[in-house]
Amino acid sequence: MSVTPLVAPPGAAPTAPAPLPAPRRESHARSFRGIGVGFLVKLVIMAVVNAFGILTILTAVGAESWLLASITGILLIVADVVYFTRRALPLKYLLPGLIFLFAFQVFIFGYTAYIAFTNYGTGHAGSQSQAVDATLIQGERRVDDSATYPMAVVERLGTYGLAIADDDVVRVGTPDEPLTTVDGEIGASGAPTEVSGWTVVPRAEVLTDPAVQEAAAALRVPLSDDPNDGALRTRDGSTATVYTSTLVWDEQAQTITDTTTGTVYTATDRGTFTSADGQSLPTGWFVNVGFENFLRVFTDGALLQPLLSVTGWTFAFAILSVVISFGLGLLFAMIFNDPRVRARKFLRTLFILPYAFPAFMSALLFRGMFNSEFGVINDVFFFGLPINWLGDPVLAKLAVLWVNVWLSYPYWFLVCTGALQALPSDTLEAAQLDGAGRWRSFRSIVLPLLLVSTAPLAISSFAFSFNNFTVIYMFNNGGPAIPGAPYALGSTDILISAIYDISGVSGGAADYGLASALSIVVFVVVGVISAIAFRQTRKLEEFA
Amino acid sequence: MRMTAPRRTLLGSAAILAVSALALTGCSGGGAGDDTAQGGDGPEIVVWTDAEREQAIGDAAKAFEEETGATVRLVQKNFEDLRNDFIAQVPTGEGPDITVGAHDWLGALVAAGVVDTIDLGDTASKFEPVALEAMTYDGQLYALPYSLETVALVQNTALVGAEAPATWDDMIQRGLASGAERPFVINTAGETGDGYTMYGLQTSFGAPVFVQDASGSYTSEVGMGGAAGENFAKWLSTNGQAGYLSTTIDYDINNELFASGKAPYTVQGPWAISSFDGIDVAVNPLPSAGGETAAPFVGVQGFYLSAQSKNALLATEFLVNYLGTEDAQRALYEADPRIPAYTSLGQEVASDPIIAGFLASAQNGVPMPSIPEMGSVWDLWNAAEAQIIAGAEPVSTWNQMITDLQSTLAG
Repeated sequence: MSVTPLVAPPGAAPTAPAPLPAPRRESHARSFRGIGVGFLVKLVIMAVVNAFGILTILTAVGAESWLLASITGILLIVADVVYFTRRALPLKYLLPGLIFLFAFQVFIFGYTAYIAFTNYGTGHAGSQSQAVDATLIQGERRVDDSATYPMAVVERLGTYGLAIADDDVVRVGTPDEPLTTVDGEIGASGAPTEVSGWTVVPRAEVLTDPAVQEAAAALRVPLSDDPNDGALRTRDGSTATVYTSTLVWDEQAQTITDTTTGTVYTATDRGTFTSADGQSLPTGWFVNVGFENFLRVFTDGALLQPLLSVTGWTFAFAILSVVISFGLGLLFAMIFNDPRVRARKFLRTLFILPYAFPAFMSALLFRGMFNSEFGVINDVFFFGLPINWLGDPVLAKLAVLWVNVWLSYPYWFLVCTGALQALPSDTLEAAQLDGAGRWRSFRSIVLPLLLVSTAPLAISSFAFSFNNFTVIYMFNNGGPAIPGAPYALGSTDILISAIYDISGVSGGAADYGLASALSIVVFVVVGVISAIAFRQTRKLEEFA
Repeated sequence: MRMTAPRRTLLGSAAILAVSALALTGCSGGGAGDDTAQGGDGPEIVVWTDAEREQAIGDAAKAFEEETGATVRLVQKNFEDLRNDFIAQVPTGEGPDITVGAHDWLGALVAAGVVDTIDLGDTASKFEPVALEAMTYDGQLYALPYSLETVALVQNTALVGAEAPATWDDMIQRGLASGAERPFVINTAGETGDGYTMYGLQTSFGAPVFVQDASGSYTSEVGMGGAAGENFAKWLSTNGQAGYLSTTIDYDINNELFASGKAPYTVQGPWAISSFDGIDVAVNPLPSAGGETAAPFVGVQGFYLSAQSKNALLATEFLVNYLGTEDAQRALYEADPRIPAYTSLGQEVASDPIIAGFLASAQNGVPMPSIPEMGSVWDLWNAAEAQIIAGAEPVSTWNQMITDLQSTLAG
């Protein structure tokens, strides 16, 4: 609001009125003139927020999730400070948005970056100790002709053992002492109910007490002093069978040895157990691999050629989607802005309808409509000609572009309608008086003023179309496969769907580390383009 | 303080917020109470399942809960999400104890180290050998099987009768003679290609996807190269040109054409029979196209045990002695009818000619490979088949695919 003086002496600059004294920074307590309703509401809302926060912190501490507890604590303190201080007015508006930005963008990006430097994926899913445990499980085999003995878990002085009933004879052993015969009673169920020198743990307790259950599941009682005879173990708490373990883990040497063949598998720094002649055990663990995932795409020769064409198509798809749908939206907006058009409200609603349909539903429907033999489009618009929309590389590109434009133009239609109505009519009248034709006034006045408000939208629309996985995947699964391309890359594949194929996530043999690294590369590309484009839009602001 | 209208609404909303805050405190207090009650009550095993099987597993769980005092908590998820979620969550310690799943996940699950072996003991003899074989990796059993599924030749009895055609050519002749619009229709998933459905016809040329060793398990050597594979590729091309195979057919169009009588023969699985309500169908094993027996992929569904389960004994007890009994297997069959893997139950339901037809087809079939390499095969294999059917040069396209596959598997 500018202050215009009532009387301005010619030539003198207008004087501003004397500034009011700055308000003293008083605390709420000192300036207390009765509880204002606004303060009450703020207090109640902050009470609710604090209640949620404290609940989260307590639950996180209970689950020993220290990272979550500390982050929540920090965010809670920040929220309290921001909302109860007199300063930091912009932050009061921005804080919820910033918190969500942190949780759903920054954190996700950080975690993706972390995964990109590892080889997390199929075959490298857990830590090394989990891989060792799993491998030992795989190496423990039931002895073929072993009988199943009814058993009971016994306990003496804190050590657990197994007692079995072997043809009316009770035998007992622990992991350190092989099976020996002892005196005991066998109950009606066939399992030992009394063993001299030991206390029998009731089966109910074995199953319901977690500590006892874990101990019982881990028991391996050797049959005799010869380890090749195998060991007894229980799988269900009521019977025991003999198993032999063919794999032995040596923690000092970081090796797993196969006792039947003598092969020694050493832990490599790639997260696998590999023998000298290159055989690997199936289970691995995830390790840090540095920049390898980032470099893999550039070093694979056969991949580079189709990937370049995919990149080219991605840029073409994004740019054309934005330009064509913007042009179409602007065209319709200008047509419907003209008061001479009848039934404008009804027609406007009709033209906005595609905006209401979900993208993947529309893509699937169009896939059916573009079917060359049974599709509606060939039947109705092309007199039954079997035009191979989905099978021909060029036609498939046109078809998917059509679908994306169909989905996007109503958005631009809405935006341009609003922006056109906000144009100053006096400038346009002045141009008309000066003799400017329709095209000239559009080119020099309407378009630049329109671009001031819509250019940022165009940039974000470009970024969205660049990564529009849904439409590409749902429409034709990346399109007719390029003959001879690795990973079955297709003609309508964009970078993000190509990454889905390359990293194996689509087939099930997923390499999440590679997928994360490639996604970050795509992010950098899109980010740089958007940053440069945003800088350019600042020039447009001179017109505003 | 004057109460203006805005102030009144502000006070009103303040009051609502205060009440909700109190309610929340009450809820959190109740929640904490529940947790302590849970901890003291008894151990809990968590079972992941999808919507179809939840009810049946719940019934088996009731008997288990009464006898052991443990609780069984069922978590319902989408079937497609189960594998990836299981692999991602078990290493964190937050995974379930048991999950339902398909046998072809086994390779990936073993590579991730998330499944434990299962000892069926005497119960093993009650299941079909092919089901146990499918759930075995490197000689160890990793899951309790409960159903089989495979594709077979489904035919419209009104158009071509119920008799099985002897060979592919015989079938095409009968189809043409019936006067329907097309003699045969098969799903190729549109332009993407569907090697799974075509597999029976591919094996009739002697071109299996991976070579099987003496014990029946799959090696990682690609078996569909060489002359057998080239013959299959040439056959695909010839039939694609003739129009019997077409890349315009996807799953829904295939079922629609068959159900409306426009094609008398199709290749489908038991899951599609419900879409063929209006017509009488007969199910037979696939005809041979290349001279050998057509051996389609057999899929087995079962229950896997987590390697990180804290209640290993309880979970094994539940699987072997409760889910592995005839009653529970029958309840599972009734909830979601598939060919049962439990032999006596299978014989019982084979009185239905449709199930008997699928069972006969399954007996010719081979388990889908569950080795980890299988996941890398689908994309290239499907794409090559679709290209050949659409008109690409068969032998070079097929051989190019084999070379690409071998380098992907080696690299």
